[in-house]
Amino acid sequence: MENTPIIRIEKLVKKFPMGKGEFTALNGIELQFSKGEFAGLVGPSGSGKTTLLNIIGSLDVPSSGEAIVLGRSVGRLSAREAAQLRKESLRFIFQSYNLLAVHTVYENIEFPLLLLNYTSAQRKELVTDALEWVGLTDKIKSKPPQLSGGECQRVAIARAMVKKPSLVLADEPTANLDAANSHNILQTMKTLNRELNTTFLFATHDEKVISYLQRKIFLLDGKVDREEIISN
Amino acid sequence: MKLAIKLAFRNLMGAGLRTWLNVIVLSFSFVIIIFMKGVMIGWDHQSKTDMTNYEIGGGQYWHETYDPLDPFTLTGSHAPVPEEFKDEISAGDMEPFLIVPGTIYPQGRLQSIVIKGINPRQSLLLLPSAKLDTATEAIPAIIGSLMAKSLKASTGDQITLRWRDANGTFDAGDIVIMEIFSTNVPAAEAGQIYVPLDRLQKMMMMPGEATVLTFRDGDKSRSEIENWTLKTKGDLTATVDAMIKTKTVGQTILYIILLTLAMLAIFDTQVLSIFRRQKEIGTYIALGYTRKQVVGLFTVEGTMHSILAALLSAAYGLPFLAKMAKTGWTMPIDTSEFGMAIAQTLYPVYSLGLVISTVLIITMVTAIVSYWPSRRIAKMNPTDALRGKLQ
Repeated sequence: MENTPIIRIEKLVKKFPMGKGEFTALNGIELQFSKGEFAGLVGPSGSGKTTLLNIIGSLDVPSSGEAIVLGRSVGRLSAREAAQLRKESLRFIFQSYNLLAVHTVYENIEFPLLLLNYTSAQRKELVTDALEWVGLTDKIKSKPPQLSGGECQRVAIARAMVKKPSLVLADEPTANLDAANSHNILQTMKTLNRELNTTFLFATHDEKVISYLQRKIFLLDGKVDREEIISN
Repeated sequence: MKLAIKLAFRNLMGAGLRTWLNVIVLSFSFVIIIFMKGVMIGWDHQSKTDMTNYEIGGGQYWHETYDPLDPFTLTGSHAPVPEEFKDEISAGDMEPFLIVPGTIYPQGRLQSIVIKGINPRQSLLLLPSAKLDTATEAIPAIIGSLMAKSLKASTGDQITLRWRDANGTFDAGDIVIMEIFSTNVPAAEAGQIYVPLDRLQKMMMMPGEATVLTFRDGDKSRSEIENWTLKTKGDLTATVDAMIKTKTVGQTILYIILLTLAMLAIFDTQVLSIFRRQKEIGTYIALGYTRKQVVGLFTVEGTMHSILAALLSAAYGLPFLAKMAKTGWTMPIDTSEFGMAIAQTLYPVYSLGLVISTVLIITMVTAIVSYWPSRRIAKMNPTDALRGKLQ
């Protein structure tokens, strides 16, 4: 793990309109993440972990404060620049996989490469590698509805990792999986984190995920409550 | 754009039956619109050709008082054929017609008719006038099948004809039906009989006179002659143009209904897609699409229905349209009583312009209908979309 900060969050506040008033989802968050971390935002529902993950992923913007991701302030990016950041450097893994149902496994994994205009030969090579990482080379032509939950999440991981991004944001990635599949998925992520030095940032309240994290940031009512770092 | 087309194609293929149902509905619109427009063009072409062949040639000079819609003008609508046309007439490129009123008595009934004197040796019109070139005591006559039906007459029948000559004296004689011809031009046969021109001129005491001069060459520059009014082919087919224009308006309403039905299917699919595929929309954005690009993708996806429909139409529509162009579309009822130049069997005529313009118009309308609901995506919150939360 290197000490280069790839995420820097300063005095971040996020408010949502609620009725005639406002609901403060995040209140004065100060955090930094370095390259290669395997960290997680941990907390109960409504603690603000998904909101923070969305802001880091440039899917949302802070109400005040700054979220600087890979050197770019998320709040100041145009829609096009934010899309560019996501396309080139960020990847998401979701609780419900969010695979494109009518596309095959191969096409789902290939998708981010299509957006980046990779050639057909490059795409084939990278997708094949990604399929090998997650052990799904035999499911290449299957479509998501034909796969189990564990397999779907593996496809989502392969899609996230195919271009070897700087940062992977995983929102409750094991919530729909049984224990065996969850451990399997987490092991895969851990291996990719170690071998490719990709930063993984989770939003979770699942004990299984928490047990794998090297750094745990506990959120409560939109604030950082405490932090734990597990030394290797 | 290339990527949007590729993804849209994958999405459409992946959607399976939903896509094909829309495509089939849209392809019907393509084929029916092209077919119906082809029928109109075919009718226009055919009726003008038939009118040229049976009635108007390349154009006509009318005696200045002649009005085919006013029988009272017939008595006085005749004058000697102008000298300047003698050469053209002797060359067979112009034919004089004498048109007078008369009365016929089939089976004791009385029926007012128009008697047309025609040169038996003319070759300008397709009327079987050669059948009049015979020596009989009775006046030889040819009539159309519609007239024969009205008179209940057959070839060889003799019918009494009464007329009033130039001096106002009534006279009568028998005509003998030499031939019954068929034509798609009611104006060339309804309520009229054709007799030899010279015989009619003698009967009417109007030697060398005519009511209408029909010429062959419609492209030749012609001027007005004293006592005669020039009627170009365009003037004489104006009624057909007006008729087709009226029919076209009716058909346009049919096209609009057809297109609206197809577009409703597309619109419905787009609206449903935007509600049902919110997670997918969120995923596209999470993977690096802007919302505008997703709007573009959904618009291309909707528009691609019409491209697929055009291909499907080509697969089954081309053989169908080609067959119809060859065998024609036979009217379910007798068209001879329609009162306008329309064949019993219409042969559609399709032009490349017709096909291309139809495809372009439908594709453009589909693009607009696809874009309209897709604009909603631009207002979506990507984090809500990712969760599939209805917006």
